[in-house]
Amino acid sequence: MAWAQGATAPHRGACQKGAVTLEQKQNINEGFSVQCAASSPVTPRLAPLSGPAVRVRAASGPTLSEVFPEASSDAAAVGFVLSQLPGGMAPLFWVQDRLSRLETGLPYLPGLGPRPVIRVEVNRPVDVLWALEEALRCRALAMAIGEVWGQPKALDFTASTRLALRAERYGVPCWLIRRSAAPDLSAARARWRVAALPSAAHPDDAQAPGDPRWRIELFRARDAQPGAWVARHDRAADRVDLVAASGDGPLAEDHGPEQQRAAR
Amino acid sequence: MDRWQKIMDQSNSAPPDDVPVVLAREGQHGPVIHATNRAARLAGAQEGVRVVDAKAACPGLRVEYGDLAGDRALLDRLVHWVRRWCPWSVRDGETGLILDTTGSAHLWGGEVLMLIDMETRLSLLGLSARLACAPTWGAAWALARFGPVRSLCGDDVAAALAPLPVAGLRLRPDTLVLLRRLGLKTIGALAEAPRLSLTRRFAREPLESNPQMRLDQARGRLPEPVGSVEAAPPLIARATLPEPVQDPTDWLPALAEDLCAQLMQQGLGARRLHLAVYRTDGTVAGIAAATSAPTRDPAHLVRLFAERVAQIDPGFGFDLITLSAGITEAVRAIQVHLDGQKDDDLGLPLLIDRLAAKFGARAVKRPVLCASHMPERAEVAQTALADAPAHAAAAVARDRPLRLLAVPEQVTVIYAVPEGPPARFVWRRQTHLVARYEGPERIAPEWWHDRPGTRLRDYFKIEDQRGRRLWVYREGLHGDGRGGAPCWFVHGMFG
Repeated sequence: MAWAQGATAPHRGACQKGAVTLEQKQNINEGFSVQCAASSPVTPRLAPLSGPAVRVRAASGPTLSEVFPEASSDAAAVGFVLSQLPGGMAPLFWVQDRLSRLETGLPYLPGLGPRPVIRVEVNRPVDVLWALEEALRCRALAMAIGEVWGQPKALDFTASTRLALRAERYGVPCWLIRRSAAPDLSAARARWRVAALPSAAHPDDAQAPGDPRWRIELFRARDAQPGAWVARHDRAADRVDLVAASGDGPLAEDHGPEQQRAAR
Repeated sequence: MDRWQKIMDQSNSAPPDDVPVVLAREGQHGPVIHATNRAARLAGAQEGVRVVDAKAACPGLRVEYGDLAGDRALLDRLVHWVRRWCPWSVRDGETGLILDTTGSAHLWGGEVLMLIDMETRLSLLGLSARLACAPTWGAAWALARFGPVRSLCGDDVAAALAPLPVAGLRLRPDTLVLLRRLGLKTIGALAEAPRLSLTRRFAREPLESNPQMRLDQARGRLPEPVGSVEAAPPLIARATLPEPVQDPTDWLPALAEDLCAQLMQQGLGARRLHLAVYRTDGTVAGIAAATSAPTRDPAHLVRLFAERVAQIDPGFGFDLITLSAGITEAVRAIQVHLDGQKDDDLGLPLLIDRLAAKFGARAVKRPVLCASHMPERAEVAQTALADAPAHAAAAVARDRPLRLLAVPEQVTVIYAVPEGPPARFVWRRQTHLVARYEGPERIAPEWWHDRPGTRLRDYFKIEDQRGRRLWVYREGLHGDGRGGAPCWFVHGMFG
């Protein structure tokens, strides 16, 4: 399931103009569903959510998602994908093509935690897709992660459809990390852009980086509202807190459904 | 000793014949000599003597450690190999073989010719042997070790054994010491001693330290049958074709089902498989496959081979295909569902097998933690086909990056500061300004692994102006006497 969260009733405070909660949708096959419960559907623009930190415990849905890192040498996208891992100790499947290995290194087990990892090193992007398709048939896996560099011809709409259908059928979430690629035609149910942001303050050391923060943008999703958020990964609790990205005033203010409609 | 010599010959590092070499094993008070070569025997080194004593007597002695388990495995294989002379054979202790040649000696032209044939064929294998033929196990044991070369013993066992020392009775060392103190040095002297007093003296002793019972065994008064072990039948499925073909794909499913039925019958699963085709020009070609868990699933075996069948060179065609299970392990059948249904998904071992069959066993890795502070050595990537590690190191408590570069990349420092990481540096042609940092974490080189002169590392977790978090380190210190000014490297990326 996509997003599970503590949904609270929308409350209006003095400094908080509006609050939006994300609701969990029960249909497991529909991938991401971010619904606005407080008001009518907001416009699919940037910053649809504003106000207090919407605390979201992110869990990955059993479907195909794509992540486009802003900079290829940045591990923020990897951190974001790993924050979507479901709990438990099921093994993680990780396949990389040659350029991804050379340019961005290998996943490092001491940094990943105690979960077992099966790492496959292949040369061509088409082999990454083959390995992912095989791995998605294995229900014992917690997640299958593939890293593809650039825009290979093998990764077309048909290939991504096959991955998405297989991930949904067997209930294994599949994440494609696509570096130095433009978001072309794809059947991925959710497509994200992830960039690193300066981290939160360290609780003990003012000079040290604290919990990582990312700018995540859901720019295409099948059943969810696209949007952009600032995510803060609370590593101690393994939880992602979302706040809206750069709320521009008038759009963020909740004046009720009528005025919103008028603003459009 | 012969096996060690052969192994050294294969690697072209065998010492010359006049160098005394002994093989040692761990004894109660330090290593003792397990085997010697001829030069060491002449120099005075004896088996069972401590290595330090032998070195004192012979300073030029070369000491190697013996491979006792390997010797035992070789003997276990030889047990089946010697069935060429007789149908029953068994390993005798750590150094001997017993063959029951009853009724088969005449096939080789008599016992003399049979012993000569045995010695010839064993020496062709590179093994020296001392042979003896006797009516009982015990007599053959004594004659082979203490008797003349290729000694034959007729029906008069007592006369043949009489001149041999009592050590030929397979007794424990403390019993031998006792017999020597009693003045009984040869088997003949022991046999002449009054039976009643020997029985009274050793009545409560077990077989290994009871000379009376050992003597009765050697003379045939106590039974000692040869419990022959049977070789495991090979697990192999064959398909004989009426005329030569070029592609074995169509016969694979039937072969796999045949093999899996055999495996199922014996409760085994295959770990190594070999597909061989016998070509019409008389040569044999084949491909092998390995599995990470014992399997007897025909569809899985077919898939392991189906994509690699093209690697077989068919020549002008072949008319016999065999699929054999080389290494097998016992598997237990597990019922997954109460109603007998099967899962449609792929188990993790099957997934690993398929990936290893397609990309090669070295492409599929299962990293495990290792007890080391050096970041490169804290993770060891095992191939997934290898067995799971017995002990896993504890997770690292410190903050570690999500990604580690295979080779640390050197950065160009533009603005260095005396403490902490450089304030500005260039990595991959991009300028990074260090906004915040954490560290240093000093990791000293591991002297038992690294070359002398390896410099220590100070690791910093830094964050640049755009929020990218990197793991950089400085190699060495100013004035540590191990090279010039220290350099800076990027080693990993944080999430």
